[in-house]
Amino acid sequence: MTAKSLSLQDAAQDKAMSGSRSNPNSAFRRLLAIIRELLGNPSSGFGLVVITILVLTAIVAPLIAPYDPNVINLGNTLKPPSIEHWFGTDELGRDIMSRIIYGTRISLTIITIVSVIVGPIGLLVGTTAGYFGGWYDTIMMRITDIFLSFPSLILSLAFVAALGAGLENAIIAIGLTTWPPIARLARAETLTFRGADYISASRMQGASALRIIIKSIMPMCLPSVLVRITLSMATVILTAAGLGFLGLGAQPPLPEWGAMIATGRRYMLDNWWLVAFPGGAILLVSLAFNLLGDGLRDALDPKQR
Amino acid sequence: MTAIDVRNLSIDLGYSSAKKRILGDVCFSVEAGESFGLVGESGSGKSTILRCIARLLNVWEGDIQLEGRSVNDMPFAEYCRTVQMVFQDPYGSLHPRQSIRTALQEPLRIHRMDRQVERMERALIDVGLDPAFLARYPHELSGGQRQRVAIARALILEPRILLLDEPTSALDVSVQAEVLNLLADLRAKRKLTYLFVSHDLAVIDHMCERLAVMQHGRVVEVMSRDVLATGEANDPYARELIQASLEYDHAV
Repeated sequence: MTAKSLSLQDAAQDKAMSGSRSNPNSAFRRLLAIIRELLGNPSSGFGLVVITILVLTAIVAPLIAPYDPNVINLGNTLKPPSIEHWFGTDELGRDIMSRIIYGTRISLTIITIVSVIVGPIGLLVGTTAGYFGGWYDTIMMRITDIFLSFPSLILSLAFVAALGAGLENAIIAIGLTTWPPIARLARAETLTFRGADYISASRMQGASALRIIIKSIMPMCLPSVLVRITLSMATVILTAAGLGFLGLGAQPPLPEWGAMIATGRRYMLDNWWLVAFPGGAILLVSLAFNLLGDGLRDALDPKQR
Repeated sequence: MTAIDVRNLSIDLGYSSAKKRILGDVCFSVEAGESFGLVGESGSGKSTILRCIARLLNVWEGDIQLEGRSVNDMPFAEYCRTVQMVFQDPYGSLHPRQSIRTALQEPLRIHRMDRQVERMERALIDVGLDPAFLARYPHELSGGQRQRVAIARALILEPRILLLDEPTSALDVSVQAEVLNLLADLRAKRKLTYLFVSHDLAVIDHMCERLAVMQHGRVVEVMSRDVLATGEANDPYARELIQASLEYDHAV
């Protein structure tokens, strides 16, 4: 092929792909394409919308909450839903809607911190185990097996019991129980392409094991790990609510949804709204994360196509 | 000077009674600047030899010397700058999520080389690609373009020896000729030593001065290129292989 025809061909291809050339721009376009695909599917669209509303609610909670969530009004206890109190009031006269709105902040804090802890740990354990293999892999996977062999709520309970009750400890305990499935997944993914030619090429160019893991292997594992984290967020919310309900998570004045159900339980038979609304919020959010995770899997994981 | 010297290279897998010989006492040597072919049917151990020299396999016995030094004694950084490899499948040898820029820059970063942008652009021009390709991703390239990028990546560290593992067998016939001519040009310009694995005798005839015929993990004969035209090999299997290839060419 002559130089001229090459450059002509190039010019044509450049024209066809202009716009997707520069890096940040193409990443942004890709993000937009993913969001569009998520919104195109009703169930994942629902998940995305609910989670967006959740995040916005948490940010502007003081602006949209009609009452202070912690102000006690003993003259106005256990009122059913009405125009003034849309979701009613609890046994101390606090507005339940305001408490649920402020509760989004706690739930989001838990979710964010847990995923920030769990993602890197799971990814690191899984990719190193898959890449190095041998005795290191055996040790790491047996440790993961031990964590996996307990029901996550029971294991979190044990950790919280050891660390002491409270929101921070609950977050740590949940983090410790959520990483094993992610490590397993990252290892399985790593095994599928650790023998690939591009890894061999990278090794021949003198890349250290750490460099190969971070630069070549982790980017390949990231989509499925992201999907897995989103899906496990539903479990995280349920576990956090469970710990709150058992009195080991967020402590009473905090408007945590699980703790609200725990205190409302005593009045549940006569005053259904104490339990129904926080329960509905938990249901809605964990359902939304599940649906979003399913949608993300379709959008991100090339193997599902 | 001898660029590659392989002595008694053997690989055994399994234990005691289940022990199986994959490679048996392979010996050959390649002079500097020479292009040496390895031919044989599938499973005869051609690529395995290449992977041993590339240090991607480490469980072999015997001795492999590059430019007079055993590969195991060479410091790894120096080894990388002496030998590079081009893989068979251009769709699997480039990282799908790395741009061409990243693929070419990684080796330069690892070896802390200077004038990186200049070197990357030079490398692409040398393989007949426009420097604008730096911003592309592998999925935006054709098979032939990918293989050119793979060659550019292998040459960017300025190695003196290039291992080629069937570099054209995954390509379309017209593109095959382009890539082979490119490889021949690069060898002449840079005085490279090639170790060329292929099962296509026509390709070997075009690219190599000498070749070794392999069967069941053994080198049955080392011959010069001229033998391919006459078909007068000493070993019966080599003769059969050349004859079959000649008949096939006539039939086509």
